[in-house]
Amino acid sequence: LAKCTFFISHLTFSDILYCDENVCVCVQTTIMAVEFDGGVVMGADSRTTTGAYIANRVTDKLTPIHERIFCCRSGSAADTQAIADAVTYQLGFHSIELDEAPLVQTAASLFRDMCYRYREELMAGIIVAGWDRRRGGQVYTVPVGGMMTRQPVSVGGSGSSYIYGFVDSNYKPAMSKEECLKFTAEALTLAMERDGSSGGVVRLAVISEQGVERQVILGNQLPKFSTV
Amino acid sequence: MATVSVCQYHRGGFSFENCKRNALLEADINKLGFSSPAARKTGTTICGVVYKDGVVLGADTRATEGMVVADKNCSKIHYISPNVYCCGAGTAADTEMTTQIISSNLELHSLSTGRLPRVATANRMLKQMLFRYQGYIGAALVLGGVDCTGPHLYSIYPHGSTDKLPYVTMGSGSLAAMAVFEDRYRPNMEEEEAKRLVRDAIAAGIFNDLGSGSNIDLCVITKGKVDYLRPHDVANKKGVREDKIYGRPVTGNYRYKHGTTGVLAKTVTPLNLEVVEENVQTMDTS
Repeated sequence: LAKCTFFISHLTFSDILYCDENVCVCVQTTIMAVEFDGGVVMGADSRTTTGAYIANRVTDKLTPIHERIFCCRSGSAADTQAIADAVTYQLGFHSIELDEAPLVQTAASLFRDMCYRYREELMAGIIVAGWDRRRGGQVYTVPVGGMMTRQPVSVGGSGSSYIYGFVDSNYKPAMSKEECLKFTAEALTLAMERDGSSGGVVRLAVISEQGVERQVILGNQLPKFSTV
Repeated sequence: MATVSVCQYHRGGFSFENCKRNALLEADINKLGFSSPAARKTGTTICGVVYKDGVVLGADTRATEGMVVADKNCSKIHYISPNVYCCGAGTAADTEMTTQIISSNLELHSLSTGRLPRVATANRMLKQMLFRYQGYIGAALVLGGVDCTGPHLYSIYPHGSTDKLPYVTMGSGSLAAMAVFEDRYRPNMEEEEAKRLVRDAIAAGIFNDLGSGSNIDLCVITKGKVDYLRPHDVANKKGVREDKIYGRPVTGNYRYKHGTTGVLAKTVTPLNLEVVEENVQTMDTS
């Protein structure tokens, strides 16, 4: 998930001066979400790059879609911001029509519809997670291409390739909220260590019936692993 | 069957036909060895910082056309609304027109709501327009202002993504300016310190980036007041050529003393010209 689409129109010498206007702003990243009994834990790194320059080192990739539904964004920053804004509007409208809180599956379906319909034009990998009254905590992943599937734990972004082994071996069903937080923080830290496009701080969010709790783990507070 | 005159319904959205044509033309021209005319870009350093009472925006004043400076004193800080200003980097025409369009729409919106416009509104309008054009509008903007919810600063990229941050830089000189910001930025600065910080950041861009130069413009926005300081700092003053050397002016004076050139011979030839009929018609310019 690492291709930047380049703006091809002016390939003259003067373009070297404008290194950031001719490269798309990417949210190459590491994102993750885990279900637990009673809610979900979501996490993301905080780096947005334009080519080799970090445009924003404190990005918030955990975007609120509704009161108890968030999404993690990866891929093109412009595409994912636009999609998230559109889905936020659609879900808000739907929720007012229903006069009750929307389902996480509805939000994920809206993302899926948009990502699939415009799959040729978009580059967006999204993880939708939240809590609703019908099914509790849920995580749905909508990768590039527009598939949607529900998973108990999901990772995404360019840094996810480095932590599939860690996630598969360390995930246990029926973990508590604290265990999930520790698991997510460790997985993201490992990915950020190895992936050049991920870094900065670790942003975490816990969504449950009580609401949303957000945390930030700064660089010097990240869990330490013994490496060479 | 008779030919039907096709009235194509406008399908909405942006038509990218011309972009494909331009790409083909570019390829053809490059094969012949020429290069297509370059759009005038504002190779630029722009930046903004949020301080205690508001926002300070800064920009250099050089506009380049390829490797030539097209305008030594262009204005890159554009008016959006009385409390919101926007610096633009990228293609000069794109930043100019985009900010004018959004400024106009925002004024209508403000009249409709009866309230002073918010920075977030301007941000939404700009990002949705730039996303609609899929990055073909080369406008990278730093949007800042003060509204009822406080001071806000956004950076907006040509593809339509935005970041809300306490300090931002854009343009070719953004790395130099960001270096200054990362070193000296503190939250809740005083106005003088903030102005000095922005001035130094733009100066770093001017002196270390070829695409930026000339003067430093500043725009300080606080609740109810905007200080548009143009120029705030003339960092590159044009030198004055020395007026006289050895008593004689150095430049611009081509009058020579009588007798400098000796006259060898003199011939006078009268030209017999006929005056053809002359007709004067006054133009009605009332």
